[in-house]
Amino acid sequence: MDELAARFPYFMIAILLAVGVWGMVGKRNLVKKLIGLNVLQSAIILFFISGSLRDGGTVPILFPGEHGKAEDFVNPLPHVLMLTAIVVSVAVTAVALAFLKRIHREFGTVDEAEILSEMESQS
Amino acid sequence: MTAQLPALIPLPLLALSILAPVAGMWRQGIAFWLAVATIAFSTAMSAWALAHVIAHGPMSYEFGGWEPPLGIEYVVDHVAAFVSLIVMVVALAVVVATRRMAEQEMQGRQGLYYSLVLLLLAGLTGIVVTADLFNLFVFLEISSLAGYALVFHGGRKGMLAGYRYLILGTLGGAFYLLGVAFLYFETGTLNMAHTLAILSASEATAPVSAGAVFIFIGLGLKMALVPLHLWLPDAYTFAPSSVNTLIAPIMTKVGAYAMLRMFLSVFPEGYLIDEVPIGQALIVLGAIGVLVGAVVAFRQQDIRRLLAYSSISQLGFIAIGIGLATPLGFVAALLHIMNHALMKGTLFLAVMAIRLQTGVSEVPALAGLGRHLPVTAAAFTVGAIAMVGVPPTVGFFSKWYLSIAAVEQDLWVILAVVLVSSLLSAAYLFRVLERAYFAPPPAAPDGPHDQPEGEARRTRLPLLGATWEPRVDVLLPLVLLAAATIVLGVLNVVVVRHVLEPGT
Repeated sequence: MDELAARFPYFMIAILLAVGVWGMVGKRNLVKKLIGLNVLQSAIILFFISGSLRDGGTVPILFPGEHGKAEDFVNPLPHVLMLTAIVVSVAVTAVALAFLKRIHREFGTVDEAEILSEMESQS
Repeated sequence: MTAQLPALIPLPLLALSILAPVAGMWRQGIAFWLAVATIAFSTAMSAWALAHVIAHGPMSYEFGGWEPPLGIEYVVDHVAAFVSLIVMVVALAVVVATRRMAEQEMQGRQGLYYSLVLLLLAGLTGIVVTADLFNLFVFLEISSLAGYALVFHGGRKGMLAGYRYLILGTLGGAFYLLGVAFLYFETGTLNMAHTLAILSASEATAPVSAGAVFIFIGLGLKMALVPLHLWLPDAYTFAPSSVNTLIAPIMTKVGAYAMLRMFLSVFPEGYLIDEVPIGQALIVLGAIGVLVGAVVAFRQQDIRRLLAYSSISQLGFIAIGIGLATPLGFVAALLHIMNHALMKGTLFLAVMAIRLQTGVSEVPALAGLGRHLPVTAAAFTVGAIAMVGVPPTVGFFSKWYLSIAAVEQDLWVILAVVLVSSLLSAAYLFRVLERAYFAPPPAAPDGPHDQPEGEARRTRLPLLGATWEPRVDVLLPLVLLAAATIVLGVLNVVVVRHVLEPGT
């Protein structure tokens, strides 16, 4: 049970990953695909962050005159990486939303099947 | 200055991608010249880097003076310089040649168009030169985002194709990042050479293998490995002509390069075969892709769609070469990356020229092409026979190396796949050539209004402009690319001996 509790974050991350991929691949609504994408990216960000934790670790800041060992601090590098990953994710979301706005203006819907059937009837 | 060379390939492209739209707001035409000058500069830097690497060996650049493995490192070795030069040369030829097509398709937004082109190239060359796993992810997303936006501009159908490309492409990037997370937590480093050293010194563990699988899926999506290729046909068919001419020859090739990088400088030799069967998966999926892509290509009416499926088929060859994971296999894969960039560049540029002059791209409508556009048709023919693999074009030699590499591993079935696929590609490309050269040409050249828009099966070639053959700014890059497929085919021994063998 302790084992399970210690790995609880990883189970949640696995579930989030599955939900995200399912939303991206299984949903026909283009907005829901984007939401799935965001869930997936959040899961990966959480994975990096939970992997950086250390038992009893504290904020990785060294005050003047202090001497700490690396084991006393959480790993700061994943946090920095995830700042970049969040920026990438925001950029992708922004581009996707701009696409969706154009698609909605053009077809009047964001449902993939309806868009496809409208393109069929056009050509 | 040679110490800065690795950074001088991608960074000017990145900087000018911000400057180009600003200049474009002032004068539309300037954006084009800025883009061409920047691409030419990066091409020259790539060529210089290649010459330097051949003479003095690989060079590395530390960002901000932070020594690796702490800081981000750029490394230009034989393979990186080679791929970077190919990408830039093809991009230069294509950007010059598609100028008027882009003027038509991107009316009033050329500044933004060239900004995206430069951003795409900055991302692609960044992937090539970086030696940092996370930095590679960032460049992957930069190039992909520019790619999505470019594809999206292809009218109503391009919109949906662009959106689907975004969803699947970002899924690929996310999987890659997940794989990097597993690797990082096991090794504690993101530097490729450092990762290789740590993984070589330790036993294989489950997290590293899981990371390898996620990286494989992510990069497989980016390089359109069957069955992860679903975004590619629509994206290549419905993107604007100026765009698919640019992305088709180079973009998936850089994904393949990233996959090759994992074999060469991230995972220890044999790890991706003995510990996780990724090499085997690449061979099997590559072989399936080679055959399925060729069969589906045969049934297409639109040449762009035909070429898109043939891309999937050709990428299968690259995947097989990487999957063999022997030096000869890597040589074959890299040679095929070069071939495919040149051949697809030639073919898509010829199709772009045909569309520019006549507005058609369906195979049945090409009757009389050989008579009216002899140079364009000849260039298309050269690209086509290179694709089939007729000596002395480059296409023959990479298939030759691949066959030897496969037989070396007793994989005779790959030999059969190469032969069957060559016959299949002969079938689908000669169907186009037959139409272009031997079908009865139209009685008289049609005016632009003779053919109503949207007619389902046009059988005659309409004339849009004043002349049949495109102007010299389109023809010259086209002819040079076509000539390169033959010249580099003849000189393939030089390329293999001086560039590829030391690099692998």
